[in-house]
Amino acid sequence: MSTAPYLFVIGGSAGGLQPILTLLPGLVASLPAAILIVLHRQSHYESILTDLLSTRCCLPVMEAAEKEPLQPATVYIAPADYHLLIETDHTFSLDDSEKVNFSRPSIDVTFTSAALAYGSNMTALLLSGANIDGTEGLIDVHNAGGTTAVQDPASAEVDYMPKQAIMQAPVDVILQPQEMAAFINRMAGV
Amino acid sequence: MFISINVSRNPVSEQEVSLLLNDVLERYGYDFTEYAPASINRRVNHLYLTDRFPSFAEYRYRIISDPAYALRFVEEITVNVTEMFRDPSFYQALRTQVLPVLATYPSIRVWHAGCSTGEEVYSFAILLKEAKLLHKAVIYATDINAGVLEKGRKGMFRLSQMQQYSRNYMEAGGREDFSSYYTANYEYAKFREDLGRKIIFSPHNLVTDGSFNEFQLIICRNVLIYFNKKLQDRVLTLFSDSLEQLGFLALGSKETLNFTSVADRFRQLENREKIWRKVQL
Repeated sequence: MSTAPYLFVIGGSAGGLQPILTLLPGLVASLPAAILIVLHRQSHYESILTDLLSTRCCLPVMEAAEKEPLQPATVYIAPADYHLLIETDHTFSLDDSEKVNFSRPSIDVTFTSAALAYGSNMTALLLSGANIDGTEGLIDVHNAGGTTAVQDPASAEVDYMPKQAIMQAPVDVILQPQEMAAFINRMAGV
Repeated sequence: MFISINVSRNPVSEQEVSLLLNDVLERYGYDFTEYAPASINRRVNHLYLTDRFPSFAEYRYRIISDPAYALRFVEEITVNVTEMFRDPSFYQALRTQVLPVLATYPSIRVWHAGCSTGEEVYSFAILLKEAKLLHKAVIYATDINAGVLEKGRKGMFRLSQMQQYSRNYMEAGGREDFSSYYTANYEYAKFREDLGRKIIFSPHNLVTDGSFNEFQLIICRNVLIYFNKKLQDRVLTLFSDSLEQLGFLALGSKETLNFTSVADRFRQLENREKIWRKVQL
């Protein structure tokens, strides 16, 4: 069984759900990459979120489970109240250490960990939010040879997070929500 | 497959981390070599940056040559984040499904493995107290880290957390006034002596130490996530061997016995909580 050869990590906070709902229906079923969504939220809405995203998407949607290998053509959601890390053998690890940027899961933590495991074979996409989370991680993804993308702040419900990222991190591409699915399909080589 | 990628907040590579872990094992006997690498890498790097080492060589030399610093290293790379009544529905399940069974025993032995600073141990002691079982119970609370055990023994937790803990307690089915369990002391809440009297805090290393008693309940939450699969299996076998027939094993909310080497010895309780019952010796 081989793991996903390419990885997209999508990080969002306040207002981050809407662009995810917009992009999911456009993904192709044979996507030769894994998608990992890190969304700040209350832990109570856990299973509702998986169900909600499943209805919008032809790919299987599941919560990332510790030690599970990252499969292609699969959408994973970082569980609430844990940081999600990726091992160099492309399996998931969970970590319940201190919050980072007042967040657990932290987008920075997963971006950086993914950069260490996937190097140039990944793209990090940062969405709407009121938090500084994600900017440091984008820098790490860039330094490891990966691609960095940010939602156009003008299209974001809360523009602080994407704005900070554009000001402080090397961002390769700025996207509208309706462009994101085609971008992901293209980057994955579809 | 070993790829070496350096990013700004990870100046110490995975290979260098395994060198350090081997040093700590050989010099001091703490074995982290079977921990899942991603988390340990992150923490080793975090400590390197916090303590402002100019180079990896200096970091390594300090760990090898300074036992006090090596202890700091061991304490800092293990995660010690915890809270009272974490995952209230889990405590609700302990209260309604496990305590009535424990009540039938003349004496109750519980092992809380990887207890950190003890917040969850005191939570469980409160459950036992309210079920009128604390007087016949002993809770062995163990951790690899002597520093956190000392905090647990004091039974003093930050007063600023009490509002959250009180909410958790009520969500877990608590009916008493939560503040009756502690007295406020400057910025700390000191928990009642009668709760702590039945808790034995003691060092125990799950990687290297064996069983020390037979229990009716073992609680080990958010510890196994830091181990690799092989070590997980070994520790779960230790737990299984340390449980009485029909004893309970309680894990963290994202941990499971499914697909482990002890899976066929246990049956999960019929709810969504991570509590299993040993059905086979």
